[in-house]
Order: sequence, then structure tokens, then C-alpha cells
Amino acid sequence: MLTVEGLSKRFGGFLAVNQVSFDVRAGEILGLIGPNGSGKSTTFNLIAGNLRPSSGSIRLDGREIAGESAHVVCHQGVGRTFQIPRPFRKLSLLENVTLAAFYGEAGRISRLDAERRAVEALGMVGLPSDAAASTAGLGAAALKKLELARALATKPKLLLADESLGGLDRAEMERAADMLLDIRNRLGITIIWVEHIMGVLMRVVDRVIVLDHGEKIFEGKPGAAAADPRVTEVYLGKAQA
Amino acid sequence: MNLNHVLWAVGLAILIALPFLAPPYFLHLVIQILIWAFIYTAWSLMGRFGFVSFGHGAFLGVGAYVPALLWNYYGLTPWLGIPLGVAGAVLLAIVVGYPCFRRRVVGHYFALVTLALSQVVLLSLVAARDITGGSLGFTQKAVGHSWYALQFPEKGYFYVIAVLLWLAGLAAWRSIDRGIGREALEAISEDEDAAAAVGIDVMRQKMRVTIVSAALTAVGGAIYGQYVMYLNPETVSGIAVSLQIVFAAIAGGVYSLLGPSVGSLLTLSLTEGLRVWFGTDYIGAANTIYGILLVLCIIFMPQGIVGSLQGMRRRGAIAKPLVTLDRQSATRRPSSAAQ
Ligand SMILES: Nc1ncnc2c1ncn2[C@@H]1O[C@H](COP(=O)(O)OP(=O)(O)OP(=O)(O)O)[C@@H](O)[C@H]1O
Ligand SMILES: [Mg+2]
Repeated sequence: MLTVEGLSKRFGGFLAVNQVSFDVRAGEILGLIGPNGSGKSTTFNLIAGNLRPSSGSIRLDGREIAGESAHVVCHQGVGRTFQIPRPFRKLSLLENVTLAAFYGEAGRISRLDAERRAVEALGMVGLPSDAAASTAGLGAAALKKLELARALATKPKLLLADESLGGLDRAEMERAADMLLDIRNRLGITIIWVEHIMGVLMRVVDRVIVLDHGEKIFEGKPGAAAADPRVTEVYLGKAQA
Repeated sequence: MNLNHVLWAVGLAILIALPFLAPPYFLHLVIQILIWAFIYTAWSLMGRFGFVSFGHGAFLGVGAYVPALLWNYYGLTPWLGIPLGVAGAVLLAIVVGYPCFRRRVVGHYFALVTLALSQVVLLSLVAARDITGGSLGFTQKAVGHSWYALQFPEKGYFYVIAVLLWLAGLAAWRSIDRGIGREALEAISEDEDAAAAVGIDVMRQKMRVTIVSAALTAVGGAIYGQYVMYLNPETVSGIAVSLQIVFAAIAGGVYSLLGPSVGSLLTLSLTEGLRVWFGTDYIGAANTIYGILLVLCIIFMPQGIVGSLQGMRRRGAIAKPLVTLDRQSATRRPSSAAQ
């Protein structure tokens, strides 16, 4: 479904993503992990069109999307969440998600339909969908859910979930993982899940890719990742030290 | 039928009765208030979303001068001249707006770019003095009562035009509210990356509201010119007018439909009142007091007069940031895409 080839991003003299290639198969949950600053969010920003690649190709169902604007990529069926939630604070929860439903379809649906879809998405993640509910006072977990609801409302076929579940407790993490699983199973949405803590992710993903300093150092089954010496060294070694 | 409907009904009744009751001087004042209310409303279409333009003097100037010049030199009816002026203003808006939006020039930097724009138009008008009369101003050839020339010595006609214009401005505001455009622009003004991520074409939305705002402002300039039959670069273009627009709209309240109109009513009444009161004894005193009052108003009522009154009526319903000029203080934020 998604083919990334030789993707690189340079910030000044610094290579944040270095010649990364991978495939995403339709219907899978692909884990993208790596220590802090390894280039996971940057990879998402490149795919989603928030950043322009320095080089490389990104094909979605055969169509080149590298360098396209973010809204175009969204219309192609890629939804994304931001690692640090970016809600529209001046809008209610429902308006936040309605907007996503409406513009995610490039304005081809009516406002009423958009609202209906927004209510559905909010229900799916377990947020209140009455018109009065506001973003004020939402905690970290709820803001993550809002990110997810907004992304889902755009009707993606590929979801880029930049979770990095910092700020959530163990139970909330487990629920977030279940939710992603549920989204894939019930809606058939392919998911790339970014995370830097391995534990919760390993239970849910079909395959995993490990980044370190912008380079792909491993690709394979979650079980094999834990056994791979390079991964243990750069990743688990650090995380458990 | 709630209080709002009653207020609207009373307001409209007063507007209809006015030309029959009011003395000519008073009517003259009301026409000006309405035309400027329209212009301030047009500015606020952008301003309410934090796109603070100091360039509207440019659109006003182009809108006013183009039909006037075409009329005097080519006898072209304002019915064609005004659309041409509007087209000119829109072109200007695109030429300046597109690169600004493309390169994410927002906040202070957007204000500066647009400030320069209004001054460029003023300086061009002054420089082309052989054609425009320069700083001495420009008087349209008067032909008496004429639909063709859009000239009416009787105030009643322009009164009706001004009322219709003003209502059209309010309708433009409402049309943004009615669709989903308000939410989209709010989202953009808060976070362009997040807005784009949910499929909003940020560039297109910003361009559209800018073009509408510039076009309406140009229409306002044209009607103002047809009404007073005298144009001066200082009064319809340049930094001074741009500031006048920004201050009056913010003082009245850019977040409320009637805010910019109240801004026009108050600033013009105040200017006139102070002028009459001080006469010619203390030249400058009126302007000083006017300036001080405006500053106090903006400091103590950051949501504008109308916004503050509404806030008192339903506490807590409006929760907007205090400083309106600076919602996105950072300029181009290429790095903000991360995280
Ligand atoms: N816009 C930018 N300009 C300059 N440097 C950037 C930019 N965005 C990211 N970087 C740098 O690129 C590197 C990779 O950042 P990225 O956010 O992709 O890491 P990450 O894998 O998502 O880390 P984390 O697990 O902490 O979220 C970091 O060193 C970061 O400082
Ligand atoms: Mg990250």
C-alpha cells in the first residue's frame, strides 16, 4: 500500500532521516520504533506532507506523494495524529472532528453528514460528542483520543499514529493499543504506529521497523526484534539502562 | 422572537425613518458611518481570524481612484469603473497575499508587509500627480443627478446605497459563519499544520477570505469616492487610513457581527463631536483626545466594545485571547511540523 524508498531529510547539516526504505502492506499494523530523536516523527511528517523530503520516493498505491502538500496527502487517504496533540482550542470537540470529516473529503460531503461522521469517530475513541463539549481541561489521554478521532474522521486508508505514549499510565497505554487494534480490525485501516517504548506495541503490531539516528537498523517480526543484537544494543540497551 | 430580533427591528425602523427626520448634516454623518462600517466589516472578515492586515488602505485607494480616474479621463461609467477598481484591488491582494501565505508570513511580519503595501499605493498616487492631482487631491467631474455617473447631489440616494452596502457587508460576514468556513479559518489561525493535516487547503482558504475582504474594501472606497466627490491620497490610502481601519474595527470588536459597525459609529461620532466641541481653538487637541480614548478602549476592552458588552451579558461564553494582533507571533514556522 505504501512504498518508501531512499527517504532522506536534512535539517541544515543534520541528517534526521537517512536513506530509509520500507513497505507497508494493506491491513497490517506496522510498528515504527526507535530511541528519542531517531527520526520517527520526521518520517511521519515527510509521508504526511508536513515536511518536504530532501530526497527519496513515497508511493501510495503506486502514486508518488513525496513533496505533495499535507492536505493533498490527506485527501489521498492518509490520516495522521501529532505526537504532541494539536487540538483547535477555539473549537468544540465536535467542531474539531466535524472539520476533519468535512475537509478530509475535500468538502464533497454536506455539513450534516460530516457531523454525523464526527459523532461516530468521537464515539469510537470514547469522547463525548455533544455540541457543548469543549477541549478545555482535557487531559493527555483525552487529547490523544481527539487526535485519533480527527484522523479517523478524514476516512483514511492509512493511519499514521504518532503515539509515543508519554504522559499515559500503563492502563491507558493498554487501552490505546487496543483501540488501534480495534481500528484496524473493525475499519480495516492500515496503521503505522510510532512509539519509543517497545512493550505495549509489541503485543499489537504485525511487523516492526527500528530506526536509529535516522537509519533503519531492523525490519521484521516483533519477536525477532527483541532478539536482534543491534536493536538490543541501540534501543533496548538504552531504554533499560 | 427574542431580544435580538427586537433590537434588529428597532434598528432597521430607525434606519428607514432617518432620511425623513434627520437634518442634512446629520444624514451626511450617518452615510459616512455606514460606508466606513462596511469597510471595517470587510477588514474584520480577515481580522477576526487573526490575519491583521495593515494594507487595506491600498485596496481602498485602488477601489476609489480607479473609477474616478476612468470617469474623468475616459468618461467611463462607474458601473464599469468600480468593477475594474475591484479587480485591481483583488490583483494587488493576490500579488501580495500569495507569496505571504506561501512563505507563511504571519503575525508581525504580515502586518509589516501589508503596511508597506498601503504606503506603496499612497506614494504611487502622489507620484503620479499629473494624472491623480497628487496630494492636492482629485475631484470627479460633476454632472448633477445621474445614474450613469452614479452621482446624486440629494443625500437620500446615497443614504439608501450606504444602507444596502452595509447590510451586504453583514451578509458577507454571516455567510462565513453559516458554512463551515468559520471553523476552518479559526483552525488555520490557530495551527496551519494541524489544519492541513485534516485536509484543509490552507492556502486556498486564506486567499479566498483575503480576496473577498479586499474586494469589498475596494467597493467601499469606490462608493465613498462617489459620495464625497473628492479623493485625497491621505484619506483613502496609505498607513493613516489602514491604521484607522484597524483601530476602529478592533475598538468596536472584530469577533462580533456588529463590532466593526459600532467601531465606525463611535470613532466617527467622536471625531465629529470633538471637532465641533473644540472648534479651531485648540488645533490638535481633538486628535489627541481621540487617540487616547482609542488606546484606552483597546487596552481595557480587548474584545472590542461589542465583544465586552456581550461578554457581560453572557459571562464566559466568549473566551478569546486578549491580544488580537498576535495570535501567531512566530513568523514562518518551518520547524513546527515536527512533533
Ligand atoms: N524542523 C526541524 N528542524 C531541525 N531539526 C529537526 C526538525 N525536526 C526534527 N529535527 C531533529 O531531527 C531529529 C529527529 O527528530 P524526530 O522528531 O523525528 O525524532 P523522534 O524519533 O520522533 O523522537 P521522539 O521519540 O522523541 O519523538 C531530532 O534530532 C530533532 O531534533
Ligand atoms: Mg517523535
